[in-house]
Amino acid sequence: MMSFISYFINGLSLGSVYAIIALGYTMVYGIAKMLNFAHGDVIMIGGYVVFTVVSTMGLPPLAAILVAVIVCTVLGITIEKVAYRPLRMASPLAVLITAIGVSYLLQNIALLVFGSNPKSFTSVVSVPALKLAGGKLTISGETIVTIVTCIIIMIGLTTFIKKTKAGQAMLAVSEDKGAAQLMGINVDGTIALTFAIGSALAAIAGALLCSAYPTLTPYTGSMPGIKAFVAAVFGGIGSIPGAFLGGLLLGVIENLSKAYISSQLSDAIVFAVLIVVLLVKPTGILGKKINEKV
Amino acid sequence: MKKSMKKLAGLGLTLAMAAALTACGGGDKTTETTAGKAAETAAAGETTAGSTAEGTYKLGAIGPITGSTAIYGQAVKNGAELAVNEINAAGGIGGVQIEYNYQDDEGDTEKAVNAYNTLKDWDMQMLVGTVTSAPCIAVGAESSNDNMFQLTPSGSAVDCAKFDNQFRVCFSDPNQGAASAQYIGEHKLATKIAIIYDSSDVYSSGIHDKFLSEAANQGLEIVADEAFTADNNTNFSVQIQKAQDSGAELVFLPIYYSQASLILAQAKQMGFETQFFGCDGLDGLLTVENFDTTLAEDVMLLTPFAADAQDDLTVKFVTAYQEKYGEIPNQFAADAYDAVYAIKAAAEKGGVTPDMDASTICDILKVSMTEISINGLTGENMKWSADGEPDKAPKAVKIVDGVYTAM
Repeated sequence: MMSFISYFINGLSLGSVYAIIALGYTMVYGIAKMLNFAHGDVIMIGGYVVFTVVSTMGLPPLAAILVAVIVCTVLGITIEKVAYRPLRMASPLAVLITAIGVSYLLQNIALLVFGSNPKSFTSVVSVPALKLAGGKLTISGETIVTIVTCIIIMIGLTTFIKKTKAGQAMLAVSEDKGAAQLMGINVDGTIALTFAIGSALAAIAGALLCSAYPTLTPYTGSMPGIKAFVAAVFGGIGSIPGAFLGGLLLGVIENLSKAYISSQLSDAIVFAVLIVVLLVKPTGILGKKINEKV
Repeated sequence: MKKSMKKLAGLGLTLAMAAALTACGGGDKTTETTAGKAAETAAAGETTAGSTAEGTYKLGAIGPITGSTAIYGQAVKNGAELAVNEINAAGGIGGVQIEYNYQDDEGDTEKAVNAYNTLKDWDMQMLVGTVTSAPCIAVGAESSNDNMFQLTPSGSAVDCAKFDNQFRVCFSDPNQGAASAQYIGEHKLATKIAIIYDSSDVYSSGIHDKFLSEAANQGLEIVADEAFTADNNTNFSVQIQKAQDSGAELVFLPIYYSQASLILAQAKQMGFETQFFGCDGLDGLLTVENFDTTLAEDVMLLTPFAADAQDDLTVKFVTAYQEKYGEIPNQFAADAYDAVYAIKAAAEKGGVTPDMDASTICDILKVSMTEISINGLTGENMKWSADGEPDKAPKAVKIVDGVYTAM
């Protein structure tokens, strides 16, 4: 029983990281209707920024995360402006290929600057591990901080969209871009803001991901990026609570199937579950059904 | 003139044969003594046969001394050179001096074959090399055609000893698994073992499979056997948790150092303290950038050679190496040193003479390699089987205060 709880909590922690990354995917998809495959690599850049700031400037971890958030926000806005905005009217396929191109560009820049040798990441979390049930159950500080951060981000983001003008503008753009523009909403600005928020979240996800699994290579972001994309589709792409739920479920399913079925087949099981969910509910768990109007 | 030449050659030959015979007669003794002492017995023989024997043995060697694996090749070059110089100073192989020629292959298969051809043009009779696995496999295709005796110090891929003319000093990749199980069993490190390995990697799964089959013979109980794959190699919480719950006294990690550094860090986060044991893939753990070396404290790894070991042979080798090359020798230098002494022992055992061609020597050495037993830097009582694999007692090191310490 103790080990089940432990697997479950570690799964929640992994799922929380997926959820934070998935928020970036789902927001950009919901508002710009595009899949930003470079999102996973923004996470990697965030990780490297934190690593560099902590190890060369000796700043405290929180300040390093702040620097990473700023760098990634600027990076996200730049990518949107340079690579995606000129293609807004182009076919979705062209935008998708561009996104993959940006992803490889970021990986190779990191390879050039930081080299291919893995770097060991110093955890940004200083919370001590929690020992429960007389030491039988240990929950690491990283796990606690990751789960708590995920919940805070979730609540913050929902409030932002419901209560602020910018948030309402985002909703409007996601409903109907053309109509929103006619209503006087700055569509380009709203999309840039979405990228900014998504990339800032990616920086935080990068710091948490690398703290829990302390290694850093130019490819660190790609696998979590793909998993988080799956999580976003799983929960219903475009839906913020969906990304949250999808991420957590994915993490828990992955860890439990590793524990009780096979540690080699966990990825296969995760993707099999995804296929089943999509067969039953094609828009994902919390996805909205879109009625095509004739 | 011609006649006297022939006579002289004949005399030389007889003397060389006599020397070989004495070496044969003393065979049992040679096999019991260390390689260093074997050199001394040969030195005693020198006064009788050494200076008058004709010709030299042409010993070729191939490895990278430029390129990304240059460290390995340079160490082999130095280690073999040191052994050749020692043997020559002590009278040579059965009284015959060795000529040594080392060619660079830059770790590249094509350049390795070119280097091999260069050495053949030089009339090489025996080959030490190559250093890295892929060039070794490429050269093996050529050397087996030519029936050229080839002894690789460090080519660990299975195919590096594919043909019957190929032998190796190091353990093959999968055989490290068997050696690890033997080491754990013989030194009674633990009886309940957990394994975490990479099922998507041939090196890791090869060691894992051999370890499993040998563990049963050693009375080891595998309480957890957990895998991961290349696509899922950052989150090890489940595997570590299972190892912890299974009550394992030792966790065997037949994986590379980058994943091992993650496992050590996560085990610490989860409060799991145990003995970790790995193979040569863990070599490099201490050099991961920004790695907290206290995490690796007490980790043990199977490696053929530890420079700080206190036995006479190692001390003598390390001192001589440091004097000549100004650095501490690594396992590759030790492998190469042993390779040259193995060739010496086998050549003496088989009664090889320097006037034989490479193919004849190879036929003799193929047999005599399986009959010798030497005490080298990388193992005591090293023996070889006909398939080219070494049989020696595995050695391990432990990381103490951030440095490798011999066990």
